[in-house]
Amino acid sequence: MDVRVTNVRKEFDRFPALHDVSLDIHSGELIALLGPSGSGKTTLLRLIAGLEMPTTGRIFFGDTDASEWTVQQRNIGFVFQHYALFRHMTILENVSFGLKVRPRSTRPPAGEIRRRALELLDLVQLSGLEKRYPNQLSGGQRQRVALARALAIEPAVLLLDEPFGALDAQVRRELRKWLREIHDRTGHTTVFVTHDQEEALELSDRLCVMSQGHVEQVGTPDTIYDQPSSPFVFGFIGESSQLPVTLVDGEIRHGNTAIGQSSGPLTAGPARLFFRPHDVDIVEPGAGLTGTVHSSRRVGGTRRVELDLGAGQLAEIDLPFDQAFSQSAAISFRPRRWQLFSAG
Amino acid sequence: MATKLTARRRRKASPTSESPLVQGLLIALSLLFMGVILLLPLYAVFHEALSKGIGSYFAALLEPDAQSAIRLTLLVAAIAVPLNLIFGLAASWAIAKFEFKGKAFLITLIDLPFSVSPVISGLVYVLLFGAGSVLGPFLKSYGIEVLFALPGIVLATIFVTFPFVARELIPLMQDQGSGDEEAALSLGANGWQTFFRVTLPNIKWGLLYGVLLCNARAMGEFGAVAVVSGKIRGQTTTIPLQVEMLYNEYNATAAFALASLLALLALVTLVLKSALEWRFSAEIAAGNH
Repeated sequence: MDVRVTNVRKEFDRFPALHDVSLDIHSGELIALLGPSGSGKTTLLRLIAGLEMPTTGRIFFGDTDASEWTVQQRNIGFVFQHYALFRHMTILENVSFGLKVRPRSTRPPAGEIRRRALELLDLVQLSGLEKRYPNQLSGGQRQRVALARALAIEPAVLLLDEPFGALDAQVRRELRKWLREIHDRTGHTTVFVTHDQEEALELSDRLCVMSQGHVEQVGTPDTIYDQPSSPFVFGFIGESSQLPVTLVDGEIRHGNTAIGQSSGPLTAGPARLFFRPHDVDIVEPGAGLTGTVHSSRRVGGTRRVELDLGAGQLAEIDLPFDQAFSQSAAISFRPRRWQLFSAG
Repeated sequence: MATKLTARRRRKASPTSESPLVQGLLIALSLLFMGVILLLPLYAVFHEALSKGIGSYFAALLEPDAQSAIRLTLLVAAIAVPLNLIFGLAASWAIAKFEFKGKAFLITLIDLPFSVSPVISGLVYVLLFGAGSVLGPFLKSYGIEVLFALPGIVLATIFVTFPFVARELIPLMQDQGSGDEEAALSLGANGWQTFFRVTLPNIKWGLLYGVLLCNARAMGEFGAVAVVSGKIRGQTTTIPLQVEMLYNEYNATAAFALASLLALLALVTLVLKSALEWRFSAEIAAGNH
């Protein structure tokens, strides 16, 4: 189901957590709300769920205004960071809960409830554990139970609040892949909150990057990574360096070094140049930006070198890990791809 | 010899464990203290109660005034404990799950009965419902007696035992947060379903523990009840009041026979609590994770 958030503002004790946020979530997509802590991403998720009510603004489920709906009326599946499994119920009882509490008229018969719960446990690969209690399961297993429980009510939208936040790195990676598979099989419209950009980029169809209660940018992982629309997004997603530059007739200059032509609306005056460490070409000494090696460290298959460009400006570039250079050697490079933002 | 010595030293399992001598001393000291302070009086109660034989023990318990005191005590507890269960649940729910102005004040207020002398709490009700008050004569004109009657005793008992359930539940519910309730609501459960299927099972052991303590205190309360009851023999005397009256009349055997009932209640409470903890230790542990 499509979910539309329009001009939503949310205040807690007069302190605004969200300012005028709008977001269109498309039916069947897997979208990530990504941002640092305090960016309002969890608040937005809880507003969609109906666990919080907006101060102003509206939320639509399909074409219907759902702003005044209670959490029960919205028929959402919510997965909590700390699982929130019912500790006094077995796994099977946990998964069947949402069906068992339905009013008699819409409640499936007991046998049907059991069959569906077992089917879901099979989907989340926990068959055979239905008689266990939550405290007898590992964190990863608990979160899979929580997902099965949320899916049991056939939710219109599946909402996950930092679903892998409490798990260790290895389990996180496994569950990430697995959540993508489940999504592709069941086709639920899914929104998940994360502060882990790697997770968001790898898992989602689209990302919504948030900061300080605002939506910074919404787009596919490629768009977000390759064409960040704001300095915040460029700095938050992936590795980047920024340099103060001057634009003269559309030409980008750092000191006396020309870097290239500005293709954007900025043509004159001071500006900020952003580029990523792997988007640079190494050039002949003096033919580009030149800096001395300040530090270097091995990152995966490359060596990330921090160059001192003078005047306290540092830039990071990637070099092949086997390229030899001496400490405080001078290296010249030129950004291959970049983005310009106005200074300020 | 030398190797034996090092072996013995090594047996000291961890840096924080003391030498056997210190361990023994500490254990002996605790046992001695418990013996003198707790077990000896308990023994004395039963010894004195049975000193004139089992026949006069039961005769003392079957005496009409004693019977009336037992009935009154049970009745007061039967009214006060369920009410405190509901009040305690409501208060801890409000404190643990909502944010509201005056929350800190409410928490302080809940502790008030612990910090006020029970005699004072009794006197407060005398002031509120006595002959010189506004409420007392008003209620009396409708035929409702509060002081020197059952309502006064129940009120005083409720006041004194109010904190037990709430004190037990507030930290438990605060610790558990509202995640489970949110999960239940998101799965379509309504408020009552959430309460009975999720909240109550989560707190049941804490609640039971609070109720046990509340009950023990309700039956044993002396000071507040003494002030409001008027101590009308056979009508408004609860077991503790009856014990004191008998004792003041140098009827030690009868006094201790009744007192033994309260002592038994204490023992039963303890056994019940331990039994529950033993039987449901896994679930209680799960509740504390």
